[in-house]
Amino acid sequence: MSEQDFNLRMEGISKAFPGVQALEDVDFEVSAGEVVALVGENGAGKSTLMKVLSGAYRKDTGRIFLRDEEVDIESPSHAQRLGISIIYQEFNLTPNQTAAANIFIAREPKQKGLGRVLNFVDRRAMEREAQTHLERVGARVPATALIRDLSVAQQQMVEVAKALAVDARIIIMDEPTSALGEDEVETLFEIINTLKGQGIAIIFITHRLEEVLRIADRVIVLRDGQRVGSMSISEATPEKIIHLMVGRELTELFPKEEIQIGEPLLEVRGLTRRDVVHDVSFTLRSGEILGFAGLVGAGRTETARLLFGADRKDGGAIYINGHEMDISSPVDAVSAGLGLVPEDRGNQGLVLLLPVLENIVLPTLNGHARAGWVDRHQTRETAGDYVEKLNIRTPSLRQRAKFLSGGNQQKVVLAKWLASHPKVLILDEPTRGIDVGAKAEVHGLMSRLAQAGIGIIMISSELQEILGMSDRVLVMSEGRVAAILNREEATQEVIMAHASGEINNHVVNMNSEGTAA
Amino acid sequence: MTTATSKRDATSKRSIWREIVGQEEFGVFLILLVMMVFLTLYTDTFFTSTNIFNILRAFSWIAIAAFGQCMVIITGGIDLSTGSVMALSGLASAMLLVAGVNIPLAVIGGLVAGLLVGVLNGLMITKGNLPPFIATLGTLLMARGLCYGLTGGWPVRGLPQGFRDLGQYDIPIAGLAVPLPLIFMLVFFAISALFLGRTVWGYRIYAVGGNETATALSGISTDRVKLMVYSIAGFLAAVGGVLMTARLGVAAPTAAQGYELDVIAAVFVGGTSVTGGEGTILGVLIGAAIMQVLRNGLVLMGVSAYWLQAVQGLVIVSAIMLDRLRKRRR
Repeated sequence: MSEQDFNLRMEGISKAFPGVQALEDVDFEVSAGEVVALVGENGAGKSTLMKVLSGAYRKDTGRIFLRDEEVDIESPSHAQRLGISIIYQEFNLTPNQTAAANIFIAREPKQKGLGRVLNFVDRRAMEREAQTHLERVGARVPATALIRDLSVAQQQMVEVAKALAVDARIIIMDEPTSALGEDEVETLFEIINTLKGQGIAIIFITHRLEEVLRIADRVIVLRDGQRVGSMSISEATPEKIIHLMVGRELTELFPKEEIQIGEPLLEVRGLTRRDVVHDVSFTLRSGEILGFAGLVGAGRTETARLLFGADRKDGGAIYINGHEMDISSPVDAVSAGLGLVPEDRGNQGLVLLLPVLENIVLPTLNGHARAGWVDRHQTRETAGDYVEKLNIRTPSLRQRAKFLSGGNQQKVVLAKWLASHPKVLILDEPTRGIDVGAKAEVHGLMSRLAQAGIGIIMISSELQEILGMSDRVLVMSEGRVAAILNREEATQEVIMAHASGEINNHVVNMNSEGTAA
Repeated sequence: MTTATSKRDATSKRSIWREIVGQEEFGVFLILLVMMVFLTLYTDTFFTSTNIFNILRAFSWIAIAAFGQCMVIITGGIDLSTGSVMALSGLASAMLLVAGVNIPLAVIGGLVAGLLVGVLNGLMITKGNLPPFIATLGTLLMARGLCYGLTGGWPVRGLPQGFRDLGQYDIPIAGLAVPLPLIFMLVFFAISALFLGRTVWGYRIYAVGGNETATALSGISTDRVKLMVYSIAGFLAAVGGVLMTARLGVAAPTAAQGYELDVIAAVFVGGTSVTGGEGTILGVLIGAAIMQVLRNGLVLMGVSAYWLQAVQGLVIVSAIMLDRLRKRRR
């Protein structure tokens, strides 16, 4: 965008939290009808900057200009009145109310006459108007639908419609694609283009560089709370962006090392859960990384949960080192030598309220105790050891997990399982939503674990990751094993053909970071 | 002393001070302190050894029951049956005594009665999948009904002096007459604090309250943790109930009615999180003390008995609000 009359200008924004300078003298600008991608590693300050803009945080210093008028954004509702709306990764919707009620939350149109006095909501007017907002974003969602019945993508559309309903001129989207399937991402991009045409400015926070290159007009890079670069999309390349983000060249994104594959370690036969997983069988050898590929909803996570005893299986047998194991709960799974790094770190992987130390020793408390008494010296030693080994960036072991960045949280989840010395480790989307630097660290760690003879099951929706890290690839489709491919025969096309039964022409959920490798 | 060392002394002193101020329990402790200073200045009768020991004696059984309640609330649950369990266990001991059973066995009988209600709570919540509020509301009524049914509504009297001594005896220590229930309370305080803070089970209690799903996926049986916590809560309520009965010298089926609310208030005033995952036994001890000092102080200040509850409610809400404000600041 060449026009100089920026819609929004932030100058010299600084914000400190106890012990961290989250933002330091950051400038930011976006104009009407422009899509700006805000990128950076986790902890770089992207979210903090956007929270300052949307009124969730107060800035320490700096100035914000809207249409060349200085504004002091006091609260989220103030930001909203100024035309700034933010759509968080976790949606702010009430699941048991209709789309219309959510779009008009706190601003419901009142009935006329007596109904007005009694504060009755004019439901029909509300639904009619909500429907027009939904249509503006091209959503085929009835305004009367309950939020809980909508897909994640549809809920996101409701969020966008909600922003439009309050006349947002600037819409901030925090990782909007992380929970979406590919088709849904396409739809979202269409919506963004529509909004752009309506003169709305979009700020797009993402980790996926391919998306940045596709949708953004300009990219602004943050690193360690500072703005380290800005470029128009015509001059941007994945290499340039990554270089700015991490401040170093990433030569090896998937440091897959050739490892001697050992004896069969885990054997799964006919694993079944009604309507979800059908007759899944495979063998995992020690030192092997078995990639689980497939579309969202193909039953990969469900298979992992069955294997781990988190859900009850209707049939099937699990053998470890040739012995049949009765795994009907996670307790059984852990004692059989399994570990599970779940897809959803915050809700399933960590106790966010508790400090790093407690999180790391949670599965191995008994090993850190004598007659029930926790040996605090020993727990500190173990936790400190893994914090160092995995390069977990935390001010102390007493820091609550919720204050760590996504990548560091994921490393804490990994640490807790490494401390339990598992035979088999199941990683469900191990690098989703974490930055490139941490991603490379996680991949390096996986290789080291495989080297130590651990069998690894890696579920990933990122084909480049599957292709880069796996010794073999198990493709799932509609709850069944569609194919098990050797490293040599696994290509994007073959995997997608098995996963969907049809080969799509567009590139599948591919990270540009991946293409750099 | 050189200036350098004195400066270092000053900073180390300041950092110790900061650490004390930074403690979770500091806010509520400050509130307790302010209340006590105020009452000492405002009344002649508050700061006398008789009155202080009266307070300590009276709040000991509430505190003991609150230690168990605290663990339940940390797991994200609630135990409404506390008051009924206190009455039932005291009554069970009393009935055994009247039937001629010796004192140790009668006390054990009372404790087992409380433990059983706790186990029942735990089973209904884990195996029966009932929300804690519903399950313990049920046992609140069942245990109280049992008290009425067993006695036909009449109090059980004529308890032997040996039993009553458990609640009434004062031990002379350093020239002061220290009430025996206070000693019991301190012992259970130490055990509970160590259990929650230092054992594998304590760690798991915090983990379950912090995030039950993640804890289960870490290979921990959350059902076992919950069953244990409700059992402990039942047992500790029984300890409180037996001590209370010993102090009163009579076991009435109406005893301890509504005490669950005092106990729950003590836990929350003590800084325990309503949503679970956070809280300490020390905080609960201070919370229980605040509740008792408040009750005692209002009486000493001549507040009419009719107004007592209203003022109590106001102070509880204000104390929790102040503490939250302080925590948000950090």
